[in-house]
Order: sequence, then C-alpha cells, then structure tokens
Amino acid sequence: MAKKDDMIQMRWHSRGGQGAKTAADFFTQVAIAEGKYSQAFPEYGPERSGAPMRSYTRVSSNPIKLHSAVYAPNVLIIVDPTLFGPVNVLEGLPHDGVIIINTPMTPEEARKQYGIQGYKVYTVDATRISLDELGRPIPNMPMVGALVKATALVQLDNVIEGLRKSFSGKFGKEVVEKNIRAINRAYEEVKGQDA
Amino acid sequence: MSKVLPLTGNEAGAEAMRQIAPDVVAAYPITPQTELMHRFADYVADGVVPTELILVESEHSAMSACVGASAAGARVMTATSSQGMALMWEILYIAAALRQPIVMPLVNRALSAPINIHCDHSDSMGARDTGWIQLYCENCQEVYDNVVQAVKIAEDKDVLLPVMVCYDGFILSHTVERVEVLEDHEVKEFIGPYVADRPLLDLDHPVTYGPLDLQDYYFEHKRQEAEAMRNCKPVIQRVAGEYELLSGRKYGPFDEYFTQDAEHIMVCLGSAAGTAKAAVDELRDAGEKVGLLKLRVFRPFPAEELIAALSHAKGIAVMDRADGVNSIGGPVFSEIRAAVYGHSSAKISNYIYGLGGRDIDIDMMKSVFQDMKDGKYAEQAYYIGVRE
Repeated sequence: MAKKDDMIQMRWHSRGGQGAKTAADFFTQVAIAEGKYSQAFPEYGPERSGAPMRSYTRVSSNPIKLHSAVYAPNVLIIVDPTLFGPVNVLEGLPHDGVIIINTPMTPEEARKQYGIQGYKVYTVDATRISLDELGRPIPNMPMVGALVKATALVQLDNVIEGLRKSFSGKFGKEVVEKNIRAINRAYEEVKGQDA
Repeated sequence: MSKVLPLTGNEAGAEAMRQIAPDVVAAYPITPQTELMHRFADYVADGVVPTELILVESEHSAMSACVGASAAGARVMTATSSQGMALMWEILYIAAALRQPIVMPLVNRALSAPINIHCDHSDSMGARDTGWIQLYCENCQEVYDNVVQAVKIAEDKDVLLPVMVCYDGFILSHTVERVEVLEDHEVKEFIGPYVADRPLLDLDHPVTYGPLDLQDYYFEHKRQEAEAMRNCKPVIQRVAGEYELLSGRKYGPFDEYFTQDAEHIMVCLGSAAGTAKAAVDELRDAGEKVGLLKLRVFRPFPAEELIAALSHAKGIAVMDRADGVNSIGGPVFSEIRAAVYGHSSAKISNYIYGLGGRDIDIDMMKSVFQDMKDGKYAEQAYYIGVRE
C-alpha cells in the first residue's frame, strides 16, 4: 500500500522575465540528476513581461503521481516581493511552511513589512547579487542558491555542476561562471529565522 | 541500458522521434505542440536525423503530405493540437482508410470557441471514430514509451492503421519530469527497419491508392478497416510485452490501480489519472475500497477486457475531459456504460472536468469517490470544478 511519502511541494511567485520558470526547471533537473523524482511546471497565462506568474516544483524520493497545481506548498519562493499585496502569496502555506524572499531586509524586517506571522522566513538580496555578479537584475539563480541552503533538498555541488552542464552551450562559460558566483553568494548570504 | 533525463512531455516526444528517425515528417506549428516539432526541427537542421522535414502552410497540408509520403513507402510522423487537428479532419479519415501507418503525437488542447490554449480532450475525442488508434498518456514517461510503441503497432501487417498518441497540453507537454529513455540502438532494433506494404514507388508491383469506390466495393473496404481495428488488440498487447522486456515498464489496454477488490471504481484517462491514483492512495489508507481504472487504449476500445475489470464494482464514476454537448454525457462515459451493459449491475455516473485547462486536484477526485460512497448517481453528467 502506498504511504505518504517525503514529497516537498514548492510554489514560485515572480513576474514574467525574472527567470523563475528557468530556475524551477533547473532545480528539477538537478534533483533528477541526483536520482530523485521531480516535476516542474509553470502556470501559463498571458506571458507578458512583468505580469505576476507562478511556477511549481515537486521533489520526492518516490514517483510523483499528482498532476494538479500546488495548493499547499511546503516552500514558497518569492522572487519579486512587490507581489505581497497584489497576490495572496501565502495562500495554502501550512504552519510549518518555509518562505524565501528576495529582499535586502532581514527576516525580522521582512516579517514586519509584509505582516508575516509564523512560518520559517529566509531573506536574500538576490536582485543586488545578480546586479553585482551579472550586471542585470535577473534574480532567479541566486534564489536557487538560497533555496538550496534553506531546504538542503539538493547538493550545492550538484547545482553548480548542473549549471555548467546545462547552460554552458547556450550562454557561454563566462555567463555561467558569473551565475555560479551569484548562486554561491546567495547560498552564503541568505538569512533565516524560525517562526 | 536506459538513461534518466529531465524532459518535458514535448521533449520526451521529440526524443522518441529522434530515435525513431522517420523518413518524412510534415508539420505546422500550434501551441502547445510547437516545442516538440521545434526540437525535432533542430535535429533535422543539425543532421542528427536523416528525416525529410516538410514545413507546410497548414495542418490540412501536413496530413496530406503525410498520407502521400506514407503511400509512397516512407515511415512518416507528424504532430499537432486542437484547431490544427480540426483542420486535418478530412485527411484523418483518409489516412486511416488508406491504411497508412502514420504516427502522430496529439498534444491535447481545447477546441475554440472561446479560444483557449490549455488542455482538454475535445480535439482527440472528436476524432475517436476516424479510424485512428488512440493511446493516452498519464505522464511524460508514458509519452516517450507510447510514441515508441506506436510505430511498431501501426506498422504491423495485421494492423496498418495510423496511431495518435494523446497527451495533455501544458500539464504534460510543458512539465519537466524524470524520464527513462532507451539507447538509440534499442529503439532502432525494437521498431525494426520499415518495409512498406505495397508502396506506390514499387514500380514492379504497381498499385492504386484512393480511387473511386462506389456501391460495389466501398462497403468491403470499410469492413476490412473495421477488422484491422479489431486485429489491433492482440498486436498492441504483443508490442507491450516486447516493450516490457526491453524497458521493464508494463503496458496494457488499461492500468488497474487497486480495482480488484474495489467497490467503487473511477475510470479516467490522461494526466488526471495520476492525481486520481494519489486520491486512491489516501482513501485506501483510510480503509476505503476504491480503485482507479486508467484507460490507455481508447481506440480500439477494450470493451471485453473492461467488462472483466469493472463488472464486480458497485459503482463506477467515469471522468471525461470533453463534453459531448449532447445531453447524455462525455464520450468515455457513453462507451463505458455501453460496454458494461448487461454484464454489471453497477451504478454509473459521469463527471465532466477540466475543460479548457481547469485544474482538477486531489480533493475533487476524492469528492467523486465520496459521491459513490453516498450513493449519489445521476442520469445527467455532473460538472466538477465549474462555477454554476
């Protein structure tokens, strides 16, 4: 008989153009390369740059049967904190949920700013990191670094190896190395606070 | 030796097509199929496959080119979705009636109007009586496995019918999942070299395709086509058996998930079957005797096999991701009810769900089982997940 497994469900909140779909797909690639089962899928709507969008990721050590959207995520990844307010980003998050926010604020400050009570809150200045390392505000890969640190669902080494393998051909070695620096920095700089 | 790759449904379909390396592919882009053919076109442009890719001006032309190339003696594939297949309509019948073993991934998408790019089964279900074999997929792994098997089924000399491999737009086509793929040479050996049956280009044995066929022979030709569809069943089983030896993955006309001792059985096809399995898992954990029957082969319809699998149930709920718009119910419902008629005292109801990509989650699936437990059945279809 099938038993409840260790499946972790994630929901990414971002705006079109911030690379959340790429990051969610990439995270799933790394999990699969580690021998896990994983799914990544965006919620396709009008694909306008700047429009609010959601992507979903599931990771498990067992085959994943579900093909519905994620309504009760274990992990929320807020790539764009301006979505607090226009979008009910906390919807469905269970009390032991984890929130990772792209913001220069500390977790304490973010809690106050966005009225977050409970949950485990992590913050990382992913936009600053991407501006420093890539010269462009594409916070997706730093958010992967923060996600890896916050959840330990995959190994950081495998993320870096996966990035080299999957993106070197498309973007060139230089861009990939810049992204790796951004991931490493986010991994080091992310701060967490328990409920 | 297989390898594990992170692939979307479209990438899984394109990977299978790369390994199959058809002689001719004719296609026209349409969401959500586009990425499949985009990737395959890259393989052609890079010289990875020797396929002649014909980029046509419409799906009507795509299927027409496929029929011509297939009759000439080539191994042929295409792919489409929704309005694209609607535009192929008259040629779908011709492909089947001329007995051309064309294989077509059909990435399920709602038909207009209103215009919608997301998944439902109104496109492929509308084509259920065109003479095409139809296989439905639950996940990206099945997309890959079914496309590979489809070639061998279609080309069998007892079959010679086209095969549509149906998989859910976006829900599978654009979702990255873990997919085990075979080695190139394993696929090549599995499908074998293509030897066309009575090709037009065999000038030593001239044949005619598509002549006028009036009262004197049309009926006999249609009768033979119907017989070919019946003959498919053992061929589909044999191909599945050979594929299992190669891949370790088991396929049949349908998948029985805890149905043997189930009092209440849901019948479902496509990606929602996975969500239904997760609902069955939870209800079984709570001690409820529920099961899921996932249809893989919708054409030919496995009626005899379904009777054996369903007749013991007290209640059957049939899920349709296409509405018949006929005041009776969806197409899967109509056929399941007809199949078990006279063989079962089960109460049967119909649920229309997920039109235009409306999500169906585990709670909705559980509510369907709850209806059966509560003795809630209706003559008219229930609509689930819709605002009334």
